[in-house]
Amino acid sequence: MSEPVTNESAAPSVTGSAVSGDPAPLLSLRAITKSFGAVQALRHVDLDIPAGQVTALIGDNGAGKSTLIKVIAGIHEPTSGEKFWLGRKVDAHTPRAAAELGIATVYQDLALCDNLDIVANMYLGYEETRRAILDEVAMEVRTRQTLADLSVSTIQSVRQLVGSLSGGQRQAIAVARAVMRDAKLVIMDEPTAALGVTQTKNVLDLITTLASRGIAVLVISHNLNDVFAVADRIAVMHLGTLVSSGPVANYDTASAVELITTGTTSRAA
Amino acid sequence: MSLDTSALESGGTPSSRQRLRALVGGDLGLVPVLIALVALVVYFQVRNSVFLSAANVTNLFIQAVIYVFLGMAEVWLLLLGEIDLSLGWVAGMAGSIAAIVTNVQYAWPWWAAFLVALAVSAAIGALWGLFVVRLRLPSFIVTLAGNFIVEGVLLYILDHVFQGGGAPVQEKVLSDLTNGNLTPTWTWVFVVATVVVSAVVALSRERARRRAGLVNAPLYRLVVKLVALTVFGVLLALVFNADRGSFIPIRGMPFAVPLVFGVMVLYSFVLARTKFGRYLYAIGGNPEAARRAGIPVDRYRVYAFLLGGLTAGIGGLFYVSRLGGYSSSSTDSTVVLYAVAAAVIGGTSLYGGRGKMTYPVVGGIILAVIINGLVLIQVSATMEFVVTGVVLLAAVTVDSLARRSQTLLK
Repeated sequence: MSEPVTNESAAPSVTGSAVSGDPAPLLSLRAITKSFGAVQALRHVDLDIPAGQVTALIGDNGAGKSTLIKVIAGIHEPTSGEKFWLGRKVDAHTPRAAAELGIATVYQDLALCDNLDIVANMYLGYEETRRAILDEVAMEVRTRQTLADLSVSTIQSVRQLVGSLSGGQRQAIAVARAVMRDAKLVIMDEPTAALGVTQTKNVLDLITTLASRGIAVLVISHNLNDVFAVADRIAVMHLGTLVSSGPVANYDTASAVELITTGTTSRAA
Repeated sequence: MSLDTSALESGGTPSSRQRLRALVGGDLGLVPVLIALVALVVYFQVRNSVFLSAANVTNLFIQAVIYVFLGMAEVWLLLLGEIDLSLGWVAGMAGSIAAIVTNVQYAWPWWAAFLVALAVSAAIGALWGLFVVRLRLPSFIVTLAGNFIVEGVLLYILDHVFQGGGAPVQEKVLSDLTNGNLTPTWTWVFVVATVVVSAVVALSRERARRRAGLVNAPLYRLVVKLVALTVFGVLLALVFNADRGSFIPIRGMPFAVPLVFGVMVLYSFVLARTKFGRYLYAIGGNPEAARRAGIPVDRYRVYAFLLGGLTAGIGGLFYVSRLGGYSSSSTDSTVVLYAVAAAVIGGTSLYGGRGKMTYPVVGGIILAVIINGLVLIQVSATMEFVVTGVVLLAAVTVDSLARRSQTLLK
């Protein structure tokens, strides 16, 4: 178990995209390793995230999913390994640098201010002003436009306080905020956790909409139903190693569960 | 937050639910408070017809000034979920400094005295702020300690540095802050200008939104507000312009009224229309979200303490002006509680993130009405404490219930 596991489905993912003629990945990770003292949280992770596709990152608790997205979001600096953005080697070891590339992370707590309205939350930290006065009209116009572009239709007024929104609507606001700032890669951490059936569907629709607009989406989820409903690609982590990745067609629920729990699968995909 | 109940709802019929939320969720703004104010005024007027006389109404407004300023000072802090318990003595310190240095012995010009007094009060506030953010101490404890320190230093100054334990006001501008009046003509000019400017600003904002194709709130609401403002302004002008002198005629709006109004408008503008104000609300609502949005949270905390001290200092100038001087027997330990009461009665939340600068104005007037009215109906001074305490407790209860219902309904 402590040996890094390699199997058939992991190997082609490194070179496979070029061979099969897929578009060049937006973000490529090569041999990313991250150690916290003696603990190796990530071991030689190779991952391609193509634009316009939904990549689902799955794995058990402690498999290294969170560490991996923090490396991508620039919160953790990898111990070794390289990141390529559109084929170009980048560092992006700070959240700001990652944000400037176009990487936006929607954390589980969403980081919204309940006491502010939707417009204020969308623009928090990036307010538009005219002669030092908040330009509420311009901000409201663009907020409405962004939400309409993402087909978010359940919201009555953009002047509603965020505290009055449902969980799914809050998720939509957090995602729309990232999109409005021209995010090219949106990372979502457990977006459907604790959502009801209808709201889960709304969020999954939103994820699909993002991908159809050419945005790369990296979703962490424990819910395999959601993963298979929305993902174009799947990446499985086990004990800090990326044990398998590829198009969703290569997996079924049984093989995914096996990969999550044991790191290998006996089933031919 | 409220994740467990969210599965129950499926996004249907939001309008009725939202309306309910707005109703119980404390989004009524000032309406309930204003109703309470009217009820109090009617009660005291029925019990003693002197209550609404020109002389008493003017007196009541002057009484309210200190509560309003200290209440506005607390709003800067309450918005962030902080509190400053030293503001009463900070106000006393600023007022005493102004009184001392403008005294015949030193004879500073009034503007230099005001500047130094306000600089000192702002610096004291900022000092507490630094302790709170650098050492992560609760503001309650830091400013409670600060309350004793400022009190002690001020009493020392009054007893030792200045002769005889008191600093009388001997400068005209300082005295006029609460004792001077506009002429009746200027009173009307002020009222008319306020109404006209409010209408122009509101209508131009309305037009800008319409031009951008945005939905406007129904026009009747704006009209109702403007009519209410006009009626209130005209009534005030009539009361202030009536002769209230006993021997010689005294007419006109006290200077304090437009000065308080001006500070309120300035502060409201900063809170509602600038990034600075937006960030204060954001930090009060969710400090972690504000931090991730790149807002320098700690620096803004210190700014809030600084503005609290500064505003209390302005209040102190009016306080010393009204008392005609400041001595070691001008007790101030309770006045800060009235300040918190003024802010909270008006509707400012103790939990941070909710409040406006108009709230302590209404809250301060309510306190002044209670204190003034209880004297007029000859209730003992001890009852005054009890009634004020009950009102504060009621306001805090409403705040807490509003907050709880918001969380439950989500």
